Amino acid sequence: MELQTVSAQSECPECFDDIHLTAVMQNEIVQCAGCGVDLEVIELDPVTLELAPEEEEDWGE
Amino acid sequence: MRIGVLYSRVRPEEKLLFQELERRSAEVELIDDRKVVLSFGGSSTLEPAFDFDVVFDRSLSHSRALVHLRVLADRGVPTVNRIEVVENCGDKLRTSSLLQAAGVPTPDTRVASTPEAALQAIEELGYPVVLKPTVGSWGRLIARINDRDAAEALLEHKSTLGSYQHSIFYLQQYVDKPERDIRAFVVDGEAICAIYRRAPHWVTNTARGASATNCPVTPELESLCRRSAAAVGGGLLAVDLVEDRHRGLLVLEVNHTMEFRNSVEPTGVDIPARMIDFVERVANTGWPAGRHGGDA
Repeated sequence: MELQTVSAQSECPECFDDIHLTAVMQNEIVQCAGCGVDLEVIELDPVTLELAPEEEEDWGE
Repeated sequence: MRIGVLYSRVRPEEKLLFQELERRSAEVELIDDRKVVLSFGGSSTLEPAFDFDVVFDRSLSHSRALVHLRVLADRGVPTVNRIEVVENCGDKLRTSSLLQAAGVPTPDTRVASTPEAALQAIEELGYPVVLKPTVGSWGRLIARINDRDAAEALLEHKSTLGSYQHSIFYLQQYVDKPERDIRAFVVDGEAICAIYRRAPHWVTNTARGASATNCPVTPELESLCRRSAAAVGGGLLAVDLVEDRHRGLLVLEVNHTMEFRNSVEPTGVDIPARMIDFVERVANTGWPAGRHGGDA
């Protein structure tokens, strides 16, 4: 297994703050330091961020 | 060896596990559980093929996990954890019943299926009482009920506004704990390490901001973890316990998709490596026969 990761500069889709991403992988959850929302890396090339899915009632551990 | 990992999103836990798999040069396929479409009847083979030696379940969604683990079990693909374990841990009522049968000490717990019976159970337990959904995690929708007025209001709201799962009232004696609880990480019946979770709020969950420090694994803790793991079917488990001032250690719940991001550093234990050790062992030799996590 070889993890595909990318380091890149991106932008929060919620508050448009700059986000520096370090070695992120597909579907990784990152947090915007500007507004605190959870974001999901949905593409690596080019790096694309979307708001992470809302927590659902049956989610957990 | 082919390992499939079923996941919903890549959190710090999944990334640590993936990095551990990468370090071992394992042959791994990551399966996003949001994208799986199971197909039956239309062709001679089931799609997707799921031709793995083991599938490691890291789904966030309990319902999605159950669907996929059921199909995998029917196809004879070993999974970590087994579907029976996920069913046992994902439903608090089921967990309570199994722990009770195994003689594991737990807080005084009552289950009622009507608001009237629930109110009677609350009055018998004495205030405060904790009302929990039978399915759920991270302290979500848990309520501490301090008096009869609150009890009547909550029960009415739950029965009027809640989905049908909320019509089963899972009620637990409130344990007056010392602003902390204990989480123990259990691999194949062995408590490999534990943390104290401290918070000024009565819900001491690291998902809600509790801090983690090392907790020594005493013989008593080790024994309780071993018995709890055996009761639910073993595997990779996180056992949550509270320290009751009168009764000692009580098991609150057993988690089947454990979160450990804040626990590697304080315990000094490489939890993801220990987890992957077990996953590889199941891929190679199947589940530990007849033991399911260890004897009491």
